[in-house]
Amino acid sequence: MKLRVNGKDHEVAAPPDMPLLWVLRDLLGLTGTKYGCGVGQCGACLVHVDGKPRRSCMTDVADVAGKSITTIEGLSADASHPVQQAWAEMDVVQCGYCQSGQIMAAAALIAEKTKPTDPEIDAALGRQLCRCGTYQRVRAAVHRAAELNQEQKS
Amino acid sequence: MSILADPNRREFLKAATLGAAGLVVGFYVPAGRRFAHAAEAPAAPAAPPLPQANAFLRIAPDGTVTVLLAHSEMGQGIWTSLPMLIAEELDFDVSKMKVEHAPAAPAYFHTAFGAQMTGGSTTTWSEFDRYRQVGAIARALLVQAAAQRLGVDAAACRTENGAVIAGDRRLRYGELADDAAQLPVPASVALKDPKDWKVIGQPTRRLDTPEKINGTAVFGLDVRLDGLLTAVVARSPVFGGKVKSFDASAALAVPGVRKVVQVPSGVAVVADHFWAAQQGRDALKVDWDLGAGAALDTVAMLAEYRKLAAADGKVAAAAGDAPGALAKADKVVDVEYVAPYLAHAPMEPLNATVRIATDRCDVWTGTQMQTGEQMAAAAITGLKPEQVHIHTTFLGGGFGRRATASADWVSEAVHVATAAGATVKTVWTREDDVRGGYYRPMVVHRIRAALGSDGLPAGWDHTIVSQSVMAGTPFESMFAKTGIDPSSVEGAADSPYLKAIPNHRVQLQDYRAPVPVLWWRSVGHSHTAFAMECMVDELARAAGIDPVEYRRRLLADQPRLRAALDLAAAKAGWRSPLPAGRARGVAVHESFGSFVAQVAEVSVEGGRIRVHRVVCAIDCGIAVNPKTIEAQMESGIAFGLGAALSSAITFKDGRVQQSNFDDYRVLRLPDMPKVEVHIVPSRERPGGVGEPGTPPIAPAVANAVAALTGQRLREMPLRLRA
Ligand code: FES
Ligand code: FES
Repeated sequence: MKLRVNGKDHEVAAPPDMPLLWVLRDLLGLTGTKYGCGVGQCGACLVHVDGKPRRSCMTDVADVAGKSITTIEGLSADASHPVQQAWAEMDVVQCGYCQSGQIMAAAALIAEKTKPTDPEIDAALGRQLCRCGTYQRVRAAVHRAAELNQEQKS
Repeated sequence: MSILADPNRREFLKAATLGAAGLVVGFYVPAGRRFAHAAEAPAAPAAPPLPQANAFLRIAPDGTVTVLLAHSEMGQGIWTSLPMLIAEELDFDVSKMKVEHAPAAPAYFHTAFGAQMTGGSTTTWSEFDRYRQVGAIARALLVQAAAQRLGVDAAACRTENGAVIAGDRRLRYGELADDAAQLPVPASVALKDPKDWKVIGQPTRRLDTPEKINGTAVFGLDVRLDGLLTAVVARSPVFGGKVKSFDASAALAVPGVRKVVQVPSGVAVVADHFWAAQQGRDALKVDWDLGAGAALDTVAMLAEYRKLAAADGKVAAAAGDAPGALAKADKVVDVEYVAPYLAHAPMEPLNATVRIATDRCDVWTGTQMQTGEQMAAAAITGLKPEQVHIHTTFLGGGFGRRATASADWVSEAVHVATAAGATVKTVWTREDDVRGGYYRPMVVHRIRAALGSDGLPAGWDHTIVSQSVMAGTPFESMFAKTGIDPSSVEGAADSPYLKAIPNHRVQLQDYRAPVPVLWWRSVGHSHTAFAMECMVDELARAAGIDPVEYRRRLLADQPRLRAALDLAAAKAGWRSPLPAGRARGVAVHESFGSFVAQVAEVSVEGGRIRVHRVVCAIDCGIAVNPKTIEAQMESGIAFGLGAALSSAITFKDGRVQQSNFDDYRVLRLPDMPKVEVHIVPSRERPGGVGEPGTPPIAPAVANAVAALTGQRLREMPLRLRA
């Protein structure tokens, strides 16, 4: 089947019910998207499908054939996405393992809401787990990313 | 040519000569000895041999400076703070340094433990001299090379931002690297006077951010090799169970499954990719001989613990006559505190990739204990330790789980690769992680304390019931004489409070159960701080004395703890009024050479405890990177708060009742309080920061809940009674 990932078309030979997560990681070698739970509980595997956040461990690959998939590797060519800039500025990461998912969730949020409120951040990122406890900085960096996003647009 | 690339200087890579008997390491250093090494090292420069600088630093002719880390980056920030130590002495811009994990080799042994490992919040203090010395040695060699080239005296040269300067001549380090590599290493080097520090103490951004925000950072799970297969292992559903027989036919019928092989820990399904391996395991039929582990039940165990807590155990600390003081007292507070088994649940599930050839074995994994893994892999493959190459990747969290005496997941992965005759990445699922051990032990504390006429405790009788994390491991030899695992009683038996209580006794009931237990971020302190700090708070209230004031009186001879307490109380506005429905609680605890006080502000909403704000003060001696310290306090608080509010591992019929993040609950973003960190200025030698933020949060919250509701919650996770 055909899969469009980060603007590139791939032909993948995968069983239709293979989770997108493992297609990305094990068949396409895009290891920036992480496995943390496999059951939709942690958000480490979050990617964008047609611009919307989606947990790739819970997504059958056949469901997204022909759609546009974006992973952390495709968010920007040079870490220039406002979320990535804010993340660097606020020194958010620790072990880093959950951060692809956090960043993708944040990017989807600020694409939808120009100025997300704390409750909106809770709703969008409340189930993105981080065992290193970077939550305070994640929240601050989402606010900062929204600002940068507006500055870059104007 | 680089300094490191000089073949004459590569001896350090040669051999891991450590024999099995040499492995006397542990995260636990008795409090008195913890700083012995660090304290002795700098005094006489001639005494300890200088580090082999070339093992830690490469300067390439193109000017690239690469720092090799003897310890593992698992989020705690040493990828930045260790290079800072070199940068300080080398006079080089730390933000331009490249960083790598070192290979496994004796040159990288922990300066206090004699093995390559990361844990016990020891990295900063144990490397504080070595990494500075490396920078100073390299600088001396570069200056010497420049002096020779320019025909001037070395004393006429100074260094600045990656260059040696003499008069109006300026030579970049890269231009000098080849010459410097040929020079003899100096016998001694002087380190900068702290007043001249330009790097140490400066808030410095993480060096590993770029690769961690664009998906390129390589964790163990991300390792890719030609012909690599992936395995998942079916392990016994109860601890100690053994495979009786298995039927692999359905597993082998899953497309992509290549092999099904038996290993000591169970049956491995080896496939082209993870998904096939996991499906193959679902289809696999294994008949288990469960053994005694099938009787395990935490409800029954807790009842047994409570009985043991009322009986005499082994005496870990005693002064005066505690039972006598209690018998005489008018007012005795007699309570029990309970802490459950806890999983570490690092965000990256355990995994290791193993490739075996006739004369070498390569292991890629995120580990906290390279030497142990190297020896384990050597023993299994029959190779020599130096033929085992450990490639340390980034760790997707550690918290102690990636440091087992048994090298459990690496040993298993070596067995799988051997049995499969292939290069294999063995991956644990999250369910395997939650159900497969190792855990922070379940612990019961029973404390009886007598209040004196001044309100202060006149007697303290304390019994701890716990499994030992070191029993049955090579570390057990450390406490063979006493039979008391010091990590079961740390934070209680050596509590500064007890020094102010004339009659006290701390006893240990060492419980044996077939549950694998391990150090979990802050080890014994993760439960002793809860018991000590809640009890002191109960006594303060029983005496009608303000909890901060009560602690100040008991800690009259503990200036560092008191200063941290005072700072946290002042910054939190301890005595200032709060809106209705909110209350504050305080806790202060020393661990890993650092002193931490926290004030938590809580409310109760819909029967749930909500923590709004935590003010944290830490004295960790010299603050190498204040940004790291702040991040680690936030991290330690989040880790401890998740456990305090929601995490527990329980057993019924030998089975772990939790399986994934839906029922093994950890802290989530909406429950993260606002954390404010204040660092006590200090010129003392550095202490740890990875763990000390964790112990005080649970008692600070429990104490705040007691202040707010009058309910004393003595069991973690904290649950309000209806
Ligand atoms: S791996 Fe998909 S939500 Fe956890
Ligand atoms: S940074 Fe380690 S899990 Fe989030």
